[in-house]
Amino acid sequence: MSGTATKGTFYRRDRDRHPPALTPQYRTSTLRSPRFAPISLGQSAGDLTAPVFGHSILGPRDDDLLKNYDHGGDPIGQRIVVSGRLLDEDARPVPGALIEFWQANAAGRYRHKREGYVAPLDPNFGGCGRCITDDEGRYSFRTVKPGPYPWPNRLNDWRPAHIHFSLFGHGFAQRLITQMYFEGDPLIWACPIVATIPDREAIETLIAKLDLRGALHMDALAYRFDIVLRGRRSTPFENKKEGN
Amino acid sequence: MASRDETLHELPSQTAGPYVHIGLMPNFSGIAGCWPQDLGTGGVDKRAKGERIGVVGRLIDGGGAPVRDAVVELWQADSDGVYPGGTDPRGKGDPHFSGFARSATDTPDGEFRFETVRPGVVHMADGRACAPHADLWIVARGINLGLHTRVYFPEDSAAHATDPLLARIEDPRRAATLVATREGGEGRPLYRFDVRLQGDGETVFLDV
Repeated sequence: MSGTATKGTFYRRDRDRHPPALTPQYRTSTLRSPRFAPISLGQSAGDLTAPVFGHSILGPRDDDLLKNYDHGGDPIGQRIVVSGRLLDEDARPVPGALIEFWQANAAGRYRHKREGYVAPLDPNFGGCGRCITDDEGRYSFRTVKPGPYPWPNRLNDWRPAHIHFSLFGHGFAQRLITQMYFEGDPLIWACPIVATIPDREAIETLIAKLDLRGALHMDALAYRFDIVLRGRRSTPFENKKEGN
Repeated sequence: MASRDETLHELPSQTAGPYVHIGLMPNFSGIAGCWPQDLGTGGVDKRAKGERIGVVGRLIDGGGAPVRDAVVELWQADSDGVYPGGTDPRGKGDPHFSGFARSATDTPDGEFRFETVRPGVVHMADGRACAPHADLWIVARGINLGLHTRVYFPEDSAAHATDPLLARIEDPRRAATLVATREGGEGRPLYRFDVRLQGDGETVFLDV
């Protein structure tokens, strides 16, 4: 069959800006890190395509963590709006992409059976949300600012306040999970999970900026977090004709 | 070529952490009511074309222990070898097949499980044919960057000899980590595909 033009292959992932698999200061990586080098063989049709999730999967409160676990009131904590754009490495917007996010409550406690922190659950806070980027790659959601929390790693390790982000682009090769931190948090620079990233400038791209212009009067502060996924060549990939 | 004057950098990865199910599978994790069904857990639409198969496997760490807090995602072509979503140059694909599924490994054995259809032959960007396979993507606490791998099927051994990935792996013991085994029994095929993160029999992972 003759090939039909579509979008091209993705630029190489810059692994110097990602954490290596084995990071002993983050102890759980010790037994969960492959020892063999990953194999590169070029990209397949499965890497260049991705599942498409339409707006039909979304309910009206999926992007509103202040309301999507309402058990008779609003959650306790500092109300914030997190917004930004989903872009690729050529600064092109990534529209129609699913973003999922999850976080601890304002006290730093997750609603999870394996959580070991003594801080209280909030009866009105579930801690998960999702949205789909608009035509210009924009996204926005409401939540409370999560608290920092202690975790079992080295003695007395504390996570900085953060929100987890799961990102789909337009190719499965763009699939990414990362964490957003908050400008000015001194715990960022003491965190062994943050420190798995070898490049300080790369770490700074995970820190959301306070966005006073986006704050809502007598309602919520705002943080701005632009998200960048891998970019791709604009030249198409084409299937060779049969027999070639 | 697009101008790369305005070059940005992909955000660095961070581990999905121990509570990844809250974000990706909240109903499974016990947070009911945010939305009715976890993404990728609806099974295969009855109208989808192709032979139904199951894929089951354990996720095992470098100490031989099951990894019980992971999420495994599956992405694959339909029975004709076309990826859903409308951007595969080979065609529009089966409108009743999503190609995507998610499974938690939160069982005592660290097991994930997928119900899907047998995928067709797909192609590399340069046109080379790949033996039928599904892509898997694995995230968990202690995994700093999500791991890509592939599950191939044992009946396709002739096609495996010319598959661009399998033919490239020099050590046949390593290539064998990407081929599922068929479990006994009649009826719908069930394939076992254990994933070893580290050590003896370490699964081949891909830098896509």
